[in-house]
Amino acid sequence: MYLTRSPIQLNSLIAQVVSPDRGGIAAFLGTVRDHHGGRMVRALSYSAYDPMAESVSGEIVAEAAARWPVRIALQHRLGDLSIGDVAVAIAVAGGHRDEAFAACRYVIEELKRRVPIWKSETYADGTVEWANEGEAKSEERGGTAAR
Amino acid sequence: MSSEESAPSVIRVQLFASYAERLGQNIIELSAEGLRTAGDVLDRLRALPSGSAIGPSTLVAVNLRHSPPETPVKSGDEVAVMPPLAGG
Repeated sequence: MYLTRSPIQLNSLIAQVVSPDRGGIAAFLGTVRDHHGGRMVRALSYSAYDPMAESVSGEIVAEAAARWPVRIALQHRLGDLSIGDVAVAIAVAGGHRDEAFAACRYVIEELKRRVPIWKSETYADGTVEWANEGEAKSEERGGTAAR
Repeated sequence: MSSEESAPSVIRVQLFASYAERLGQNIIELSAEGLRTAGDVLDRLRALPSGSAIGPSTLVAVNLRHSPPETPVKSGDEVAVMPPLAGG
């Protein structure tokens, strides 16, 4: 299971990938920022298309493990989060640091591009918006897509 | 469950995040008649009230896989229409 509704413990992800022959361990944590698009964020909530998010996450991990000789652990949190909470964590263990860093980078970039997860943000003034609303509105105005 | 003889042929479309909110539902059943591709599904949704919410960066998944507009769809497929992603 790559999705969780409980707080993420990086140590437990690292424990899943370490082994005596793997001397390079890279970890990435994505935490909840207190601002977005120039507005102060008070809290946010992640939701997902769960079965697809699980299967695409599995594909991404398998792709990275096929490309580099590493072991990978990945978790993404869903539900209500506070500022500073860990939203996503990746731990990668390889024989050396090069493959660990490369695979870790690959997993987070592909997750952001492909895994169906969305967030709604509660701003300091109490308004709640989906994080992609701004992009959607600028597209309607003829702006450039974010990707 | 239902065979094509006993039930009208429909495509169930799941909506997510801002799209579910703007169109007021998580699942829309569309008559499969005239719907050949993922792009046809998008065109049909955009013609609904509030369908303008479904912008040019919309993503479609057919049976849990990201699928370009030309991907064929048929009754029984799991079709999802998704706003730009915001995980990570």
